[in-house]
Amino acid sequence: MSKFKAPIIYQLNNRGLTLLSFVVLASIWCLLSYGGIVKDIFLPTPGAVFSSFGEMHREGILIHYTLASTYRVMVGWALAVITAIPIGMLIGTSRKAEALFEPTVDFARYLPVVALVPLTLLYFGIGDLQKFAVIFLGTFFQLVLLVSDAAAGVPKDLLRAASTLGATKWQSYRMVLIPASLPGIMDSLRITIGWAWTYLVVAEMVAANSGLGYMILRAQRFLAVDRIFAGLIIIGLLGLVTDHLFKLITEKAVPWSEKGGARK
Amino acid sequence: MSKLTLQGAGKVFGEGENSVEALSDIELGIDENELAVIVGPSGCGKSTLLNIVAGLEQASTGSVKMNGAEITGPDAGRGMVFQSYTLFPWLTVQKNVEFGLKIKGIKPGARQETARRYLELVGLTGFEDALPKALSGGMKQRVAIARVMANKPEMLLMDEPFGALDAQTRTQMQELLLSAMEKERTTVLFITHDIDEAVLLADNVYVMSRRPGRIRDKFKIDIPRPRDHRVTVSSEFTSLKKEIMEILWEES
Ligand SMILES: Nc1ncnc2c1ncn2[C@@H]1O[C@H](COP(=O)(O)OP(=O)(O)O)[C@@H](O)[C@H]1O
Ligand SMILES: [Mg+2]
Repeated sequence: MSKFKAPIIYQLNNRGLTLLSFVVLASIWCLLSYGGIVKDIFLPTPGAVFSSFGEMHREGILIHYTLASTYRVMVGWALAVITAIPIGMLIGTSRKAEALFEPTVDFARYLPVVALVPLTLLYFGIGDLQKFAVIFLGTFFQLVLLVSDAAAGVPKDLLRAASTLGATKWQSYRMVLIPASLPGIMDSLRITIGWAWTYLVVAEMVAANSGLGYMILRAQRFLAVDRIFAGLIIIGLLGLVTDHLFKLITEKAVPWSEKGGARK
Repeated sequence: MSKLTLQGAGKVFGEGENSVEALSDIELGIDENELAVIVGPSGCGKSTLLNIVAGLEQASTGSVKMNGAEITGPDAGRGMVFQSYTLFPWLTVQKNVEFGLKIKGIKPGARQETARRYLELVGLTGFEDALPKALSGGMKQRVAIARVMANKPEMLLMDEPFGALDAQTRTQMQELLLSAMEKERTTVLFITHDIDEAVLLADNVYVMSRRPGRIRDKFKIDIPRPRDHRVTVSSEFTSLKKEIMEILWEES
C-alpha cells in the first residue's frame, strides 16, 4: 500500500461510489446527446428533458400524474399486503391451510398479469379500480408465497423452546412466529412494491387518462422523447425513494436481524 | 416413587414401509433432584426420548409420567435447553430470560429482579441489554440456561446443550452447570454423546443401545460433590469412563 497509490475507485466510500455512478451515467448521456452522436429524436439532451419537466408542470400534469400513479400503486399494493400476510402466515404454518390454498396460489402465480389486463378492463373499466386490480393480481400471489416461506423458515426449535417455557400455541404464534418472520416479510414487501410499479405502468399504458404510464404512451405518439425520458426519470426516482424508505423502516423494525435488516 | 417414570415407552416415526422405530420399550425412573445423564450412540433416539419427556412428541406405546400424571404436551414444568441456539433474536438478553415469567403473568418488577439473579448465576451480569447476535455461542447457551432456570421448572431437560461449543468453552459450561446445580438443585435429564461430560455431571449415567434405543445400563456415579474438572483425572472417573466406553463401542 505504501509504494503504489491505490486507484481512486478504492479510495471512495459507498456514498462516493454511488455519486460516481451517477456522474458517469450523466456524462455519457451528455456526450452522446450534445455531441450529436445519437440523434435527438432517439436520445434527447439533458437540457430538453429538463425543460420538458417545466412544460409539464405548467400544463398541470407533472404533479397530478405523479400523485395519481403513486396513489394507485399504494392502494393496490396495500390491499395485496393486508390480505396476503395473514394468508401467507397460515400457509407457512399449517399443513391444512397449505393444502387448501397453495395449488390455487401456484396456478395464479404463473399467469402473466399482462394477460389479465383485458379481463380487468372488462370487469372494472379504465378507472382507478382497474389499476388496483392489476397491481393486486400482480403482487398478491407472489406475496402469499414469499410470506409463507418466511413463516415456514422460522426455526422449529424457537417455537419448541417457547412452548417448553409455557407458551400456548397462540402465544408462540404471537410472541415468536410473527416477530421471527418479520425480516423475511419486510424483504418481500420491498421486492413486491417494485413489481407493483411495473404493473401499474403497464396498466396505464393500456388504458388510462392520467398517470405516468399514460403520459409516456402519449408522449410516444407525439414523438416527444424528452417527455418519455422525464417520465422514466420520475419513475426511477420514486423507486429510489421507496427503496430507501424501506431500508430505513426495516432498520427500525428489525434492528436485531442477523442479516442487519434487508439486503443492503 | 420416581419423579419421572417411563414404562414400556416406544416411538415409531411414520407408517408402513418407511417407518422408523426410534425407541423401544424404554424403562426409566428418575428421582427428585437427580441429575440423570443419558449417553448413547448417535441416532439411537436420545433426542426423541427427551422430546417425549418434554411433551413435544407423543410416545407411540407405553406410558410417560411425571409425578404420576401422564405427560400430554409441553409445559413450563419441563423446560428445555437445545443444542441449537434458541434465544429470541429480537429480545435483549434480559427480555429473553424474562420470557417464561412474562407468560406466567409475573409483574415487570419481580420478573426483572428474577432475570437479573439468574443472569448473575450464569455469569452474565452486564449483558442485560445486549442482543443475542452480539453474543458468542457459549454466552448464548448460558442465557438459554438462565432462561429455563428462571422459570423454575420441576425438571430441566438438556439435549446436548454444549455439543456445538469448542472444547474449552464446553469445559467452562460444564463447570458452570455444576455450580448452578450446587446453588439450585433440580431434577435434570441431560443428554450427551460425550462420556467425560456424562461422568462429570451425573448422579446416574444411563446408557442407551443402538436404534431402536433401549436403556441398556445404569451407572451410579459416586464421585463426591462439589465436582469440577479435577475429578476427571481420578482413578474412579477413568475406570467408570472405561466401562461406559466399552458398552458404547459394542453399540456403535
Ligand atoms: N420427526 C422424525 N421423523 C422421522 N424420523 C425421525 C424423526 N425424528 C427422529 N427420527 C429418527 O429417529 C432416530 C433417532 O433420532 P434422534 O432421537 O434424533 O437420535 P439421537 O438424538 O440419539 O442422535 C433417527 O434414526 C432419526 O432419523
Ligand atoms: Mg440428538
